[in-house]
Amino acid sequence: MADKDQLIIESGEAAQPFKYAVGMPGSKFFAETRDNKRLMGEKCPKCGRVYVPPRGICGKCYVKMDEWVEVGPLGVIGTFTILRFAFIDPETGHQKPVPYGYGFIKLDGADTLYQHYINIEDESKIKIGARVEPVWAENRKGTTRDIEYFRVID
Amino acid sequence: MDRAAIIGVGMTKIEANKSRETFADMAWEAVNKALDDAGMTIADIDNVVTTSSDFWDGRTISCMAVGDASGAADKNISCIEGDGTYGAFYGYMRALSGSYKTTLVTGHSKGSQGVSSLLTNAAFDPIYERGLGMDMISACAMQANAYMNKTGVTPEQAALVSVKNHGNALKNPVAQLPMKISVGDVMKSEMIADPLRKLDCSPISDGCCAVVIAHEAVAEKFKKRPIWVRGLAFRTDAFFFGDRDLARSNALAAAAQDAYKMAGITDPKKEIDLIELYDAFTYQELLWLEEMGFAEYGKATELLAQGQFDIDGALPVNASGGLMAGHPVIAAGLYRIAEIVLQLRGEAGAHQVKKAKTGLAHGVNGLCGQSHCVWILDQER
Repeated sequence: MADKDQLIIESGEAAQPFKYAVGMPGSKFFAETRDNKRLMGEKCPKCGRVYVPPRGICGKCYVKMDEWVEVGPLGVIGTFTILRFAFIDPETGHQKPVPYGYGFIKLDGADTLYQHYINIEDESKIKIGARVEPVWAENRKGTTRDIEYFRVID
Repeated sequence: MDRAAIIGVGMTKIEANKSRETFADMAWEAVNKALDDAGMTIADIDNVVTTSSDFWDGRTISCMAVGDASGAADKNISCIEGDGTYGAFYGYMRALSGSYKTTLVTGHSKGSQGVSSLLTNAAFDPIYERGLGMDMISACAMQANAYMNKTGVTPEQAALVSVKNHGNALKNPVAQLPMKISVGDVMKSEMIADPLRKLDCSPISDGCCAVVIAHEAVAEKFKKRPIWVRGLAFRTDAFFFGDRDLARSNALAAAAQDAYKMAGITDPKKEIDLIELYDAFTYQELLWLEEMGFAEYGKATELLAQGQFDIDGALPVNASGGLMAGHPVIAAGLYRIAEIVLQLRGEAGAHQVKKAKTGLAHGVNGLCGQSHCVWILDQER
């Protein structure tokens, strides 16, 4: 039997489209980033933790949250990485140019970390604890990309 | 409480690309090896649990595609999506339920058939996280940085995990990546996502593992000495990384304590002879060992450098080569259980450790160790 040539069938180009419900807390969060360039968190009425992104329920206390508090826009880098290897961008299907930075940002007033890109123009400044600010997109559509990235401020 | 034991194990060789084999082909091989090992036929199995992931298998209800090859025709078959240690946990509960005597548990995946970064990206929250392109490696790189920042552990120190485990794999015939390498080789390998280099990362793999779990009423009726489940627990952390302390793993510490308590273990360092754990990345072996109580936080690297975790050390860790030497997602934790069983029977061959009465097998489910499953297995009831 010939070795591999006939033994693989590819799935082809067909996609599997899907619609994700953002939920009411997420819808408010994105309306605020889009319309007011504001970052909002939800505060647990029991333990007082402020969650960003909001998700309606404090899992630890198992209670509903309905109090909103503004957080940031400044914060510090909680942890980060700099991607050196070009993986496929799930949004485009093409390889993303490297290097680029990812981080978890501890926004002022929040108790959780918010994931986003970090500008790595000056890599020597990218450290855990470095102070950062968001750079807002001109054309905001109510998604995580309303913020282009966070950048280190001195 | 009733007791249960593992009485048969079967592993396919872990390979980068089993291009000639379907999922069912892999299941057929692993299941028949486990049945032969136990001295059973498929007629001796009264129910089946398969473990698989629909995303990794590229289809929905992936369990149904391997039922026939797993010997489930006309039997009770159930499916777990997650690491194989969780499938085995379910199999163990079935044994204890009183309704089943012999449960066959399988776990499989073929990393070669999809695109690992896209598949692991799909595990992130689609509203807030997925669009940024995060995947398993970038997320774990951030966990590695958080761990190293808090402990002062360096990439060079963590690299020794890769050296040890790839070296151990030279003695394990089912390992995918046996390699004699140095810390320098790891540090010279390509930087993927700071601080993780290529040789800090486990490979993409294909493989299937099967184990047979028996209720105590029948555990001694077959060919092999039963390996008894003494302790078993799992715990889960928050889904969003931003909610967790990424430099620690509270879920693993709690799971290990639960498992020790069930096993009646008060001093795990003295009472456990060997460990097979989920070293998807080098730093994880150190962090997991520390959270399970085998070293102080940030200090496992010192014991590693002393050779304590070597095959001939005081506490061999991943004598098989671990995930560094082969990482079939989903099956990987079940391979850890099978490896401990072989060791406790004295059947591990070239990578057999000297003292092996009580062993610990560890599996991870979810990103960056969201959930941990800890098994304490023993020669004695």
